[in-house]
Amino acid sequence: MRVHLHPQRRTVDVQGRRRVGQLLAELGILPGTAMVIRGDLLLTDAEMVEDAEEIEVRAVISGGSGA
Amino acid sequence: MKCTRCRAAAEVQLRAHNSAFCRPCYLLFFRRQVERAIAAEHMFTPEERLLVAVSGGKDSLALWDVLVDLGYDTTGLYLGLGIGAYSSRSHERAAAFAAARSLPLRVVELAEEGPGLAVPAVAGLTRRPACSACGTMKRHYFDREALEGGFDVLVTGHNLDDEAARLLGNVLRWQRDHLARQRPVLPPTHGKFVRKVKPLFLCSEYETAVYAFMRGIDYIVEECPNAAGASQLAYKDVLNRLEATSPGTKQAFVREFLRTGQPAFAAAEAREAPRECAGCGMPSWGQLCAFCALMRAVQAKGATRGAPAPLDAGAPPA
Repeated sequence: MRVHLHPQRRTVDVQGRRRVGQLLAELGILPGTAMVIRGDLLLTDAEMVEDAEEIEVRAVISGGSGA
Repeated sequence: MKCTRCRAAAEVQLRAHNSAFCRPCYLLFFRRQVERAIAAEHMFTPEERLLVAVSGGKDSLALWDVLVDLGYDTTGLYLGLGIGAYSSRSHERAAAFAAARSLPLRVVELAEEGPGLAVPAVAGLTRRPACSACGTMKRHYFDREALEGGFDVLVTGHNLDDEAARLLGNVLRWQRDHLARQRPVLPPTHGKFVRKVKPLFLCSEYETAVYAFMRGIDYIVEECPNAAGASQLAYKDVLNRLEATSPGTKQAFVREFLRTGQPAFAAAEAREAPRECAGCGMPSWGQLCAFCALMRAVQAKGATRGAPAPLDAGAPPA
């Protein structure tokens, strides 16, 4: 599967189908710190992503002086 | 995974709430969270005029969206920080959001307030961390715009993660005066201040991002280039590791502090009402407010290095 990481603007290819939770753990991403997006839908950790699919992992953490 | 509320297929799982939601139920859940926070903390009423500070990011735009949806009288305030292309793209997002909904947006560009006032220039000249200089400038212009615009309340998009990280930072250094003032509602301590509120203080960053995504809000995803290495991000990382092990930790940390710790610090750290800054006339606890002190430092360093003088610290922007 092809995984687009934002805001890093990096793409990684991962071999084999995975559950979202497992994929995030392999990418070193903590639960609740990124949204996993397939098309216009969000995926929960239990969702399966197939080898041929393309997804976006979008970080939600922002820092600095605050709004 | 099924939606906790309607049993349809869930699109989002919230471990801290031991819940999962489909899209319609999640949007309802999020709005109710904000609505409850506003009511429980007596933040504002439908009759009051709200100035909503918007950065173009997920939190402030999600918050503005909810407040409009709930029928509040809102005006956006965008502060252009002069952080290159990042600021340009942030401004575009905030302006597009407002235009699409026909909402009023006030814009203040630091570069137009005086030469050398962009955040990177100020931080570079004073050798202060960019986030610290940025925070000081934001507070000054937010206060000024709220006062000049005749608003009743200044609303910011600080979320649960922001508040938990700030609390952790304050506790690690036992900054009692900061702990005494860390609340989701700050009543005005001077006639030139307005009430300041944070309706998202119990909504996590993940929750605000999910809301923004589901609502189709086009927010700026990229991180502020100055935030790299900011201590707030290190605190957030620690808290997110704790949260992964024990969901609900961040909520409990902030909620219990507000229930038990903050009142004790507030009682012990009671201070007099502020006077007026000798420079700009805004409320200040010293002879000069933090903003004018910063401007004075910029002016001194700028003159030393031959840079254009920014502002006369004795007469900051009217």
